Formats: sequence, structure tokens, C-alpha cells
Amino acid sequence: MNAWMAGHDWVDIASLFGHFLVLSLLAVGGAITTTPDMSRYLVHDHHWLSPEEFTASIAIAQAAPGPNLLFVAVLGWNVAGPIGALATMTGILIPSTALSLWVTRWGQSRKETRGVRSFTAGMAPLTIGLLLATGWILAGPTGGHIGAMLLVAATVVVMVKTKLSPIWAVAAGAVAGAFGLA
Amino acid sequence: MLAVAQRELVERKQWISHQQFLELLSVSQVLPGPNVVNLSLMIGDRHFGLRGAFVALGGMLAIPLVIVLAVTALYAQYASLPMVSGALRGMGAVAAGLVIATALKLATTLRSGAMGVPLSAIFGLLTFIAIALLRWPLVWVLLGLGPVAVAIAWRRIKP
Repeated sequence: MNAWMAGHDWVDIASLFGHFLVLSLLAVGGAITTTPDMSRYLVHDHHWLSPEEFTASIAIAQAAPGPNLLFVAVLGWNVAGPIGALATMTGILIPSTALSLWVTRWGQSRKETRGVRSFTAGMAPLTIGLLLATGWILAGPTGGHIGAMLLVAATVVVMVKTKLSPIWAVAAGAVAGAFGLA
Repeated sequence: MLAVAQRELVERKQWISHQQFLELLSVSQVLPGPNVVNLSLMIGDRHFGLRGAFVALGGMLAIPLVIVLAVTALYAQYASLPMVSGALRGMGAVAAGLVIATALKLATTLRSGAMGVPLSAIFGLLTFIAIALLRWPLVWVLLGLGPVAVAIAWRRIKP
């Protein structure tokens, strides 16, 4: 069994699963907003991944087709192999899926109520702050490389100013990096 | 991703109207969990019940999951090549830029929100400092700042 868990034991797997279970319910605005906490847990607290491995895991998932939620599976895989991917994916999906089904069935009629509107309006600035923090942490490994820092800035400008598809930006980043510019 | 879902579900299959798509999307944005995943669950559930919901979820995830894990496994083989690790570094820098750009685009909608610009800026900045610089756990930051922000919004939204 150990070959499927990259040398981790079931205690690690259970802890991994439990952590993503909690993150699932905090992922208002998408799983990507919880990356700072994933980085704190996986890189800073447990040293299961290096900062470079963490950012690379997310870059791989961004470049591949499908929902970018899949970076969660890549992180799990890089920590603890196939079993790790299974633990993080089921952890991140079960609570939000159950809640989401329950809330839709509970009825859409309440979405105009003061309570729901206050919740959306109040949480929106926090979501923006979280996204910016995510960008900051992902850009961490670029610190010191002028080329990489320019690449971050150029991506921001191009994405805000134009309607270019993100996949082209990722491809351009890959080419620039392959030729030693990042 | 969302643009593709909209085109397929509304324009080609005509399972739901533009109006319904927009409503479902706004609900799925408030809920925790990935938007696209929540959206596919809701549409599957509405049209085909619980089985539909899980089929939609599986369809959304299965094939991309296999691709992404295959790429990950390949990457592990070739990570030592300087060109491969360089490409990954470049893609990582772009990924950081993409997230920041999304934040900036979404931030423009705060102008019309109930919180107003100054309060939004304060809460956004506090969240950023707590998470990015102090590295506090997300749970405590959201549970600490969230209720305050929601309470302020509650007072500003007239019943």
C-alpha cells in the first residue's frame, strides 16, 4: 500500500483528508481562494512540499484542460501519490457538494432576502483580499528573478486590458521559462 | 470554462434559459466550493434529480482529472531537465499573474456593492495582510473578519 502513498502513513493521509474537508466549506469564491491555507499547511507546517513544488503543482493544473479545482488533486498526488490525490479531492468535494445540493433544494426564493444579500456583499471584499493573497504567495518563488517578476506584471496587465484567453498567457510563460527568461 | 458551459447548456442544448443560468451562477458563487462544480451539480439536480447531479459532477471531473494526473506523473520524470523546470517556473509566474488579474477585475464590481469603496478596501487589505504577510490560518481570518463585514453590510442594506 505504501507505494500508493509515497511513503506516508494513514495518519498523514487522514490529516490531509481532514484539512481539505474543512477547507471545502471555506472555499467561498472557488477552491483557489484557499491556496494560501493549503500552502501554510503543506509547505510551512508539514514541509511535505517545497514552495517551488507548490507553485509548480498549481501551474500544471492551470495549464491542463478542465476546472482549475484539479490543482487540489495535483497537490495531493505530489504529497502522497494516488491515495493522496484521492484524499484531497474527496475532502474538498464532499462538504461543498452536500451543502450546495441542500441549499439549491432549500429554494432559490430566498436569494433576494436581506440576510443573503448582506452575506454576499459583506464577504465580497474578503474574497478579493484572498485572491490577492493567493497571487502574492504563488509569486513567492519568483522573488529575486527579474524576468519572472516582469512576467507576473505583464500577465496582470494583459489579462486586465485584453480579452486574450488565459491559456495563451500560460503557453507564453512556458516558452519564456524554457528559454531561461523566468 | 464558464463561457463554454453557458454556450452548451443555454444555446445548444437549451436545457435552461439565460436568466436561469445567471441565477444559478450567482447562487453557486455565494456557496463554498468551485463555481463550475456547484453549477453542474445544480443543473444536473434540477433536470434529472440526484442521479443527474452526480452524473454531471463525474462528467465534469473524470477526464480532466486523468489528464492532469498524467501530466503530473510525466513532469516528475522530467523535472530535472532545465528546460522543463524553467517552463514550469514561467507558468507559475503566469499563474500568479492570472489570479491577481482576476482579483482586480472582480474588484471593480465592489463599487456597486453595499459595502462601498472605502470599507471594501479596508476589509480587502486586512484579509490580504492576515493571509499573505502574517500567514494566519484561513478559518480564523474568515470567522474573525467575515461576521463583522456581513454585519456592516446588513446595516447598510435597507430591508
